[in-house]
Amino acid sequence: MTSPLLTARGLAKNYGPRAACADVSLDLYEGEVLAIVGESGSGKSTLLGLLATETSPDAGEVHYRFRDDEVRDLLTLGEAERRLLMRTDWGFIRQDATQGLRMPVSAGGNVGERLMAVGARHYGNIRATAEDWLARVEIDPGRIDDSPKTFSGGMRQRLQIARNLVTQPRLVFMDEPTSGLDVSVQARLLDLIRTLVAELGLAVVIVTHDLAVARLLSHRMMVMKGGRVIETGLTDQVLDDPREPYTQLLVSSVLAA
Amino acid sequence: MQPLIKLNGVSKAFTLHLRGGMKLDVVDDVGFEVMPGECVVLGGPSGSGKSSLLKIVYGNYRCDHGSVLVRDGDDYVDVATAEPRRMIALRRDVMGYVSQFLRVIPRVSTIDVVASAGRDSGLSPEVAQARAGELLSRLNVPERLWDLPPATFSGGEQQRVNIARGFIADLPVLLLDEPTASLDATNRAVVVELIEARKKAGTAIIGIFHDEDVRDRVASRVVDVTRFAAKAA
Repeated sequence: MTSPLLTARGLAKNYGPRAACADVSLDLYEGEVLAIVGESGSGKSTLLGLLATETSPDAGEVHYRFRDDEVRDLLTLGEAERRLLMRTDWGFIRQDATQGLRMPVSAGGNVGERLMAVGARHYGNIRATAEDWLARVEIDPGRIDDSPKTFSGGMRQRLQIARNLVTQPRLVFMDEPTSGLDVSVQARLLDLIRTLVAELGLAVVIVTHDLAVARLLSHRMMVMKGGRVIETGLTDQVLDDPREPYTQLLVSSVLAA
Repeated sequence: MQPLIKLNGVSKAFTLHLRGGMKLDVVDDVGFEVMPGECVVLGGPSGSGKSSLLKIVYGNYRCDHGSVLVRDGDDYVDVATAEPRRMIALRRDVMGYVSQFLRVIPRVSTIDVVASAGRDSGLSPEVAQARAGELLSRLNVPERLWDLPPATFSGGEQQRVNIARGFIADLPVLLLDEPTASLDATNRAVVVELIEARKKAGTAIIGIFHDEDVRDRVASRVVDVTRFAAKAA
């Protein structure tokens, strides 16, 4: 069996006296979708930041297996190397698209920029690839020169997906990617994410408070409360046979439509 | 010949923390084996734990005690203790599950709902597409519905889509939770034929069937689940 793509051991982060994240360990393999669920303040977004090395931990380690199969400690990576990793082999899809996109740049520019980071130089090729990706995320390629400021929330989110996936990353972090969107827009986005993740064999860590989103997208699940992981398992197992009192409360609090 | 499924000392209780820690015993000390080509039908009145037992075998419900061994090639995987990653592979390569209800995904067409189950288990896209069409035809789902998402289908139509999903890949272990519950006689007969064909091909099946006619026709033997009722403490 191959070794994990991403490994975390004993991750911890305190904000003042409060533990935002305490002693979290996990292994993530290629093609695996891991959902981190919990209520606001449970530490799930802090954990995502730690895994993506956007936040530095007070304790613990994160290792990543690079494309040459070398496993490296991400916390010792230089800033330039870390940024290259983020722009090429990783994606990060944020809840607020204005933070994941460069708003002053055109839609095509947002996609093309990441391609240039991996060395693409030919304008015609970059534009053609950008058009192709806009179509894949169901944005009319005729909008390629428009600013994302003129896009709806759902379109911005789809553009963010195209921007992140164009470099064919192996690992994508997602922070509440469908929150705050209309239900119909959410369904379309979920279906798109589900299809692309399966087609490209992506490893994904997705943070969500929405258990239905976790059920639809993820293979396995971690439930967080007060900065700690209190329950883990197969997604359907955690949702259908929750063991911890808090998980039982979460699952039973969902309104069935 | 080695059994494909071996249950030994399986016990399960639910602890309802929101009900003051109330304990609901489900089953106690379950033990039986299923050989290739056998269809073991779980018998017993409703509430005796048949569906729960099936979900324990699939890893959907956790097993508190005992072992649930499912054969993957030459190895047995213990569902009770296997890592999620191992379970995902086991479900992809070995063990299928057909519930009464279809979990629909918005916007995905009926034919693709079925074909994707085949692709997930390793069929090529072309083969999966062709088999999905064959199964839907055989289960009398009209072709004009294939491009529509099944969300608006009747209960019986959704159930037939679900059956097509469950039978598209030739997995060696199949768990069937009342697959014929809302079907008419014609379609029940089709499901019986599908089950018979899988038995001949060496699939090990555990099933729950309320319909006596179907049960009598497909059962190699019946395991009475009331035998495993949790003993009063």
